[in-house]
Amino acid sequence: MERPLTQDLHTDGTPLALDEYERTGGYQTLRKALLEMSPQDITNVVKQSGLAGRGGAAFPTGSKWSFVPMGPDAPRPKYLVANADEMEPGTFKDRLLLEYNPHQLIEGMILASYAIEASVSFVFLRWEYKVAGERIERAIAEAYQAGYLGKNILGSKFDLELHLHVSGGRYMAGEETGLLNALEGKRANPRSKPPFPQTSGLWGKPTIVNNVETLSNVPHIIDKGAAWFQGLSLTDEPGTKIFGVSGKVNHPGLWELPLGTPMQEIINEYAGGMRQGLTIRGVLPGGASTDFLTPENLNVPMDFKSVQKLGSRLGTGTMIVMDDKTCPVGMVLNLEHFFAQESCGWCTPCWAGTQYIERTLHAIENGEGQIEDLDRLEAHTWKLGPGNTYCAFAPGAVEPLQSALKYYRADFEEHIKQKHCPWR
Amino acid sequence: MVTIYIDGKPYQVDAGQNLLHICLSMGINLPYFCWHPAMGSVGACRQCAVKQFRDENDTRGRLVMACMTPAVEGLRISVQDPQAVEFRASIIEWLMENHPHDCPVCDEGGECHLQDMTVMTGHTYRHYRWKKRTFRNQNLGPFINHEMNRCIQCYRCVRFYRGFAGGRDFDAFSNHNTVYFGRKTDGVLESEFSGNLVEVCPTGVFTDKTFRKHYTRKWDLQTAPSVCVNCSLGCNTTPGERYGQLRRIRNRYNFNVNGYFLCDRGRYGYEFVNSDRRIRQARLRRNREAAFESVAPDEGLQRIKEIVKKSGRTIGIGSPRASLESNFALRTLVGPEHFFSGATVKDHELVTEAIKILRDIPSSMASLHEVETSDAALVLGEDVNNVAPMAAYALRQSVRCKPQAISQKLKISDWDDTAAREAVQDQKGPLYLATIADTRLDDMATRTFHASPQEIARLGFAVAHQISPTAPQPENLDSAALELSKMIAQDLKDAESPVVVSGCSLEEKSILYAAANVVQALRSIGKPARLFLTLPESNSLGLELLEPGSLNQAFAIAREDNVEAAIILENDLYRRSNPALLEAFFKSIPSVIVLDSLDNPTAQKADVLLPAATFAESDGTLVNNESRAQRYFQVFVPQDDIKESWVWLRAIGDALGQEEPGARKTFDGLIADMVKELPFLAPVQEISPASGFRIAGAKIPRQPHRYSGRTSMHANVSVHEPQPPQDPDSPLSFSMEGFLAEPPIEQPPASLIPEFWAPGWNSIQSLNKFQEEVSGPLIGGDPGKRIILPPDPEQAAYFDEIPEPFASRAGELLLAPLYAIYGSEELSIHTPGEAQLTPPLRLEINPRDAQQFNLTGETVLQVSVDSQVFELPLHISASIPEGTAGMICGLPEMPYVALPAWGKVTPKPVNSSTENPG
Amino acid sequence: MLSDEEKKEIRAEQEMFPTNQAASIGAMLVLQKHRGWISDDTLADLADFLQLTVDELDSVATFYDKIFRKPVGDHIIRVCDSVSCWIMGYESLRDQLYQQLQIKFGETTPDHKFTLLPNVCLGDCDHAPVMMIDDRLYRNVTPEELVQILSDY
Ligand SMILES: Cc1cc2nc3c(=O)[nH]c(=O)nc-3n(C[C@H](O)[C@H](O)[C@H](O)COP(=O)(O)O)c2cc1C
Ligand code: SF4
Ligand code: FES
Repeated sequence: MERPLTQDLHTDGTPLALDEYERTGGYQTLRKALLEMSPQDITNVVKQSGLAGRGGAAFPTGSKWSFVPMGPDAPRPKYLVANADEMEPGTFKDRLLLEYNPHQLIEGMILASYAIEASVSFVFLRWEYKVAGERIERAIAEAYQAGYLGKNILGSKFDLELHLHVSGGRYMAGEETGLLNALEGKRANPRSKPPFPQTSGLWGKPTIVNNVETLSNVPHIIDKGAAWFQGLSLTDEPGTKIFGVSGKVNHPGLWELPLGTPMQEIINEYAGGMRQGLTIRGVLPGGASTDFLTPENLNVPMDFKSVQKLGSRLGTGTMIVMDDKTCPVGMVLNLEHFFAQESCGWCTPCWAGTQYIERTLHAIENGEGQIEDLDRLEAHTWKLGPGNTYCAFAPGAVEPLQSALKYYRADFEEHIKQKHCPWR
Repeated sequence: MVTIYIDGKPYQVDAGQNLLHICLSMGINLPYFCWHPAMGSVGACRQCAVKQFRDENDTRGRLVMACMTPAVEGLRISVQDPQAVEFRASIIEWLMENHPHDCPVCDEGGECHLQDMTVMTGHTYRHYRWKKRTFRNQNLGPFINHEMNRCIQCYRCVRFYRGFAGGRDFDAFSNHNTVYFGRKTDGVLESEFSGNLVEVCPTGVFTDKTFRKHYTRKWDLQTAPSVCVNCSLGCNTTPGERYGQLRRIRNRYNFNVNGYFLCDRGRYGYEFVNSDRRIRQARLRRNREAAFESVAPDEGLQRIKEIVKKSGRTIGIGSPRASLESNFALRTLVGPEHFFSGATVKDHELVTEAIKILRDIPSSMASLHEVETSDAALVLGEDVNNVAPMAAYALRQSVRCKPQAISQKLKISDWDDTAAREAVQDQKGPLYLATIADTRLDDMATRTFHASPQEIARLGFAVAHQISPTAPQPENLDSAALELSKMIAQDLKDAESPVVVSGCSLEEKSILYAAANVVQALRSIGKPARLFLTLPESNSLGLELLEPGSLNQAFAIAREDNVEAAIILENDLYRRSNPALLEAFFKSIPSVIVLDSLDNPTAQKADVLLPAATFAESDGTLVNNESRAQRYFQVFVPQDDIKESWVWLRAIGDALGQEEPGARKTFDGLIADMVKELPFLAPVQEISPASGFRIAGAKIPRQPHRYSGRTSMHANVSVHEPQPPQDPDSPLSFSMEGFLAEPPIEQPPASLIPEFWAPGWNSIQSLNKFQEEVSGPLIGGDPGKRIILPPDPEQAAYFDEIPEPFASRAGELLLAPLYAIYGSEELSIHTPGEAQLTPPLRLEINPRDAQQFNLTGETVLQVSVDSQVFELPLHISASIPEGTAGMICGLPEMPYVALPAWGKVTPKPVNSSTENPG
Repeated sequence: MLSDEEKKEIRAEQEMFPTNQAASIGAMLVLQKHRGWISDDTLADLADFLQLTVDELDSVATFYDKIFRKPVGDHIIRVCDSVSCWIMGYESLRDQLYQQLQIKFGETTPDHKFTLLPNVCLGDCDHAPVMMIDDRLYRNVTPEELVQILSDY
């Protein structure tokens, strides 16, 4: 099985050094691309490859790039940002790529920048990723030194600056437009779309924001081609995906696997199945802002469409497993506490709605719930739904809640009836 | 135009306009918070949700925010859709979770947008049963009260304060449901537009602190349309009264003038009306040594009759702060040849010159609105923030016009405020500021130019010459100024509607000429350039239109001819002339009759003093800087013996047995007379209906229909309800009876709207019911008419009085006037809050001059100028040009000096015994 | 007053961006690295240096949780309180910290040695429960280890 993103990684916790990366073919693609391909060629290959964003929304990467105004009249400078904020609870896949193969990301960023004619790029890194920060910083310096960054890269006349920016915190800083504000040194409130960042992003200039995993795929796609990439997966959604499992499984961890690998297989074979005495009660398939899937759906192929068909989202592909000894109300309360705390305070349904949800769940969990609370929570799930709030934060926040109300309603009722958490 | 369907009904609307704007303009009620008609949309509150359908077969639809959705052909939306209705009610419920529900003790109560919207959405019961979040409030200075617990996080305040008013000491703090709006720490808000927070905030977070000291509910205030008297721009206001006290001022929308906003000087400068220093009775003195005695009005009049009868000659001294009618009444009483401008000699000359310029190129006069929408601006001489603050506001907005091209190219609608700002970033359209020293507008400027008044004029001449070589050229311009003039000329030429802002504040005629030349030059190459001149006072233009003589001529006549009496109208001459000259003048005149509202040094010189009404107690017309005649109405009938000046003057005429046509005895008659005598004043007659005007046979009430306590407010005196005062002078009544405006069904003409209110709309946001379209003109046309409107001559000649280059003098500095927003103008110091913010006396000098004169930090200076000697603390300021010095003028403790003037500056000798002036 | 070292590091932030505003977050993190937290005086010094107002800086500072506007201890303990760690029992780790340090979340020990904070998902969910002390990550923390870990500081 091919694992382009991870197969060369060290297993001892150290990062792939520049020479090691080069030995495995690293930066060769860049050389080839800069000298032989036009920016449009790169975008076309990525487009043909069908690469979809790995940041959670699965937006087709090539077509995102194609919205950037090109040519001599395009506004400049243009920017490329690697979104390395990874703050969604239960998500830990980008950490792997950042810590273990920083050059792969950098090469991807240079290629993407070339494709959109960006001259400045940033890695937007969450504050807590200290090891990743050190390694990326070093890798950037090495790349400058080797002539992969800076002026006239590899004699191609293409210039690119790449900077590491460490975030001041807050989940909203990972949302594409919140990130732009954060980079501009403002509060990480979202921006309205349209205009999309591709035309008016950082400092009003065309900007592409891509996830770390998305960008890390780019060198391989340019190197081996669209057809190869499509061949990697088990379904019609191309490529591999870094899947993760956390919760009370025997071997929580991360694995790069073909898209479409059944969830069951990942949990049972790679994560070693549930710990003794526990069974699965539910899974958040792709981070805190996805809907629960129930045990009968464990055979779902882990790709965007299949998971969506079941009313959830592949999201970041990092599964959080809820076992049968874990209280669903407590778990949802924990999630909603996170969302209420991280709401930026911009739009009413979000800052007030998430707060209301947390309070209500807190009351239910602590035996002060009322049966009507369930209807009120239910109403919140549609009112905070897509389109009704300013950005995707709140719709994400209510996904686990709405599915929990659907699948674990009895648990909620039991809390209210017994006036305490039956699991405690 | 496109056709859209709202709840199944077709509407023809502007393509691309947002749906909230459209709905409100169509009279469809839709609640909102974060959107503001002057600030556009940001989509934060989600209150204006409506259902949008794909086509007529789509029955599910999806919610969209009306304020963020542009109208496109065939668009279908529903306001009444049950899901949309439920969603909107939820928004209110969320907003009210943490709200303290303290309406009974909240100053905003009764005119609260949040209350209105709560009722509109039908939200009545909340389910939230936990602790509310609470905040600590801040002391934000004398004007604004802060009560953060009422906040609904709509972000309007911070958007206004930072994005529109340009303040940088106010922001949003923290996040999620605890966003805090205020300053980092307690302290006076720095922006001169801070008072607008009171109207911009849809709830009671920011309320009027001065109002709070004598608080009254909106529905208990008696109000009338009025005009601000604090500078020459003539912003429209709505003052409110109860129990004979003026309680507050609010903005009154006028599309052409102030739009939605006021400056703090105007908003808070009302308290002089309630001042202890008001003159409330007629007073007279038996002789100059005797003390004043209060007398009955008739006795005062009798005395005047005796004085004036004695001899032939009485001169009248008018006032740039009195109404056109009062000035005209005085002019008629004493005869035009004995009528003198009460303005300083310099102002008299400058304003007369300004009138000539405006008459030469009348079609180029800019309104404030036109300044705001111009895409390039040159300011010559004026420190607008301090002399005409709303012009600074307008210029602040103007720099956003040109960069709109950037957002338009990205297909961002102008109303899409955050997106437009993100696209534009801090790119600004051209704004050039040529002033003596730095100003609070410098942060917006493309370039600033700090120089002496003559160099400012020369720069202006150079710009004109660069635009059109036929305009005269200043000799020996230094290379930096030449370069700058080329740059300015280019930017003005590249603009579509450039504006030149200038005025009288530097007391330098050639600056006016230079400004006129720039406009003429631009017009000569086909640019519709406009000129905006700020003038010294609220009726400077109106006064000078009556063609009075100068103050010096009055002094000369008094010296030479046998002048028996002088009548001084609403004027403290000690602010207008050298004190020595004044002493001589008063000595030479046997009898001085003063009409004024506040005690002042001139009133102290009176032999007979008559208590004059303030703007709030009078009807009158003020002519603003662009010659717009605007009517203001009595808000309340003054107590004691206070009368409008024109009423006093008419009574004096009566007492003297002057032959008067009966009609003049009324306000309408006075205006008719005025127009007959000075036909160019005809617009004054047209700016508001005459007193006989009625709607459905009724007058328009100054009191809201909910006005309470009428039967009891005098019950301690008599249980019989007194008859309300009659108003023979206007179509307004001093009562709650009358025509109840019910927009949009029927409403009074715009000049007669005492207060904006519509059913369900108790806050100032009710305005949308009175406008042709949201942020457009008021239905039936905005009040006020320009007086100077004759057709343009082909091309007026260029001015060629170019001053010599500035040359510094050994041992002397050119003292130029600086202005303080509070303190330089006469009335602000009679308002406690504004008085508190008056700057200290000081002389500002360039560090190099200071060095040359051997002056250091704490020195007190002795300044000899205009045959006077002052002691002023030194203030070293790098922005004052070398060879000049800046002196904040008009401060109460400073006697008048004619500036600019050369002065000798030395450190105060030790043990000097010279008294501090004032 | 900013030290030369601090100024140098802040200038490096400024060089990355076209505006000083953009450098402000990085600058505050720089100052925090040197000073532990951002006091009012620090804020004022930085405002001067970046030509921003204290209000503008504080607006940003109070938005982001990694910038401290209140004094903190010498070491910051951040315990992941998000979902995977919750499932894996972060609460007992928390309670144990409460007990050992005799402080709660948001508090600092009287000797100013430790400040204890909850932190959103540390992105190490396969090693839950996780915590960070200063820049160092501790994974799969057991109660026994905790005593050892704390004694290292
Ligand atoms: C609240 C919120 C937080 C987000 N955080 C992240 C993040 O930490 N990392 C990330 O890559 N994408 C995050 N996203 C998704 C981004 O908005 C954006 O879609 C993504 O970075 C685009 O990259 P892609 O096209 O490569 O997937 C977040 C979205 C939301 C709504
Ligand atoms: S203070 Fe007023 S204007 Fe500002 S966010 Fe709160 S409610 Fe809105
Ligand atoms: S008014 Fe439309 S979202 Fe606030």
